[in-house]
Parts: sequence; C-alpha cells; structure tokens
Amino acid sequence: MPERYLRQSALAHLGLESRAVDDPGDAGLVLCERAHLGKVGLRGDAGDKGFLDAVAKELGFALPLRPNTVAAGEDVTAFWLGPNEWLLAVIPYEGTPLAEDLDKALTGLHAGATVLTDSRTVIGVSGPAARDVLAKGCPLDLHPSAFPSGSCAQSLLAKADVLIYLHEDGGRFDLYVPRSYADYLWRWLEDAGAEYGVAVSGD
Amino acid sequence: MLLIECPFCGPRAEVEFRCSGEGHIARPETPENISDEAWADYVYMRTNPKGLHFERWMHQHGCRRWFCVARDTVTHKIRAIYKLGEAKPALDEPKTEGEGA
Ligand SMILES: [Zn+2]
Repeated sequence: MPERYLRQSALAHLGLESRAVDDPGDAGLVLCERAHLGKVGLRGDAGDKGFLDAVAKELGFALPLRPNTVAAGEDVTAFWLGPNEWLLAVIPYEGTPLAEDLDKALTGLHAGATVLTDSRTVIGVSGPAARDVLAKGCPLDLHPSAFPSGSCAQSLLAKADVLIYLHEDGGRFDLYVPRSYADYLWRWLEDAGAEYGVAVSGD
Repeated sequence: MLLIECPFCGPRAEVEFRCSGEGHIARPETPENISDEAWADYVYMRTNPKGLHFERWMHQHGCRRWFCVARDTVTHKIRAIYKLGEAKPALDEPKTEGEGA
C-alpha cells in the first residue's frame, strides 16, 4: 500500500476540487470522484454455511446471495459480483484491517479476501439526467422497473468495464471503474452530459 | 443484438459476452501417450456444423463465469443455456429450409 502522503487518486490530475460547487444549479448531470474508498475482493463458496457465517460475523451482516444485489452495514457495503465473488467497499479508506480480519476468520476455508483499494476509483453520477446519460453508453436496462434502487450490476459503459450501483435512496449511481479507464470514462461522461449541463460536486 | 440469459446474472446484452467455440471437448488425460495426430485433433479440429452447435461462452464483462450454450449457427437462435459440467440437453436438429413445418 502506498504511503498516505504519496497517494494520488486516479483522477487527481483533473483538479476536480477546484471545480467542485456546493449548488449544481440547473445542471442535468452532477459528477464527483469518491476517491480512496477502501475495497476488498472476497471469494468463497456461497453454498458453504461455514464461510457465510464467518463472513457475517466479521461484517455484522449477511452477504447478498441474490444476483445483482447489495447488502450494507455501517461502514461496509457488499456487492454481489458472481456466485462466489463479492466486492466490499469500505469507509473509511483503510481496507487492509478488514481484509486481514476476514482472512483470519476464513482460515482453513477455501476462501480469501484481497485488498483492491487502489485498483479502481469510484465516480458518482447524479442529477436529473443521470439515467439518460448512462443509457447512452450502457447495454443494461436502467429503467427503475428493471434496475431499482439498491441494485448493482457489472457491465460496460462506453466500452469500459464498470460496476454500477444505484444507491438505496435512488439519488446517485456509483461507478466502480478500473483505475486505468477512469480518466477516459470521466471525459466520456462530461461529453455525454454536455447537452444537459455538467457540474462537479465534492465527494 | 441478442439478449442472453447468463445462468448467474440473468438476461444481459450480447456485447457483455464472448463465445469461445465448441464445448464438451475433453483434454486427453495422458497427452504424453497419444499420437501427434490425436493431439492435433484435440487442439485444432472442430466440428463447425450448420445448425445445432454446443458452445462454451463466458460472461466477460459481467460475472466472468463460463457456461454452455446450444446455438443454431444458421439462425443464431439460442436453443439452451446450461452450466459447465451439465450434460448436453437433448435437442432436435433444426429443420432445414424447404422441409416444411
Ligand atoms: Zn453473468
């Protein structure tokens, strides 16, 4: 893990703080970078009660087992990625203790937890045109009847791999994007949102 | 664009998937004991049928899991989707043009 004082977010070079506004006015699309959110990759057998119990005990809530769903506690959000794979997003940044604690709790099981914090950054997308802008480049059906609040899905946005999460309150999409695609995807979003007006907000 | 039913994620757009050719091809158990011809057959030779074809697909941009697809290579119609390790489903060969209904 890099030293804290050397750590740069994937979009640090865009100087987003200097553009951030408190009031987006009539912008249709509001973007932000949720930098340095901790992330832990978790693999294990969803059919193994021992695994599920050990994880639930560590997290304080049960892993989501239904496809494209999310479960959350106070500081951790767990995304279903596949039948034996989850991504844990951790607030605050320090994901390492959680991964270590999980690894200890999973000793002897065919399972593992890996720190992935700096592999991806998170772009927050909100505003009245958020769905329309995402729909320009994403093959998912994002209509509320097909992609309700609290859903997550891995798919493509403008040909970049993303994990899309719509918050429980329906107010914001979070795009988990690989670090090396982040600059491209941010610029794509600004371009796709230009017709609606784009504002940048703080984290 | 096909809507493909991932056995794990549900229906998703074709662009999220990759087709990786014919399925149900077992790797020879003892490659060191077989002839070059048999090895070449395993590595290179595929059936390439016109009609019903059993294939391996992967949900590349979704859950990244492998699964099996039975697809008609003429109409591109997907006849069945099933998980790795499951037996080939019993399916009729599609009727060829002109044979009537
Ligand atoms: Zn899938």
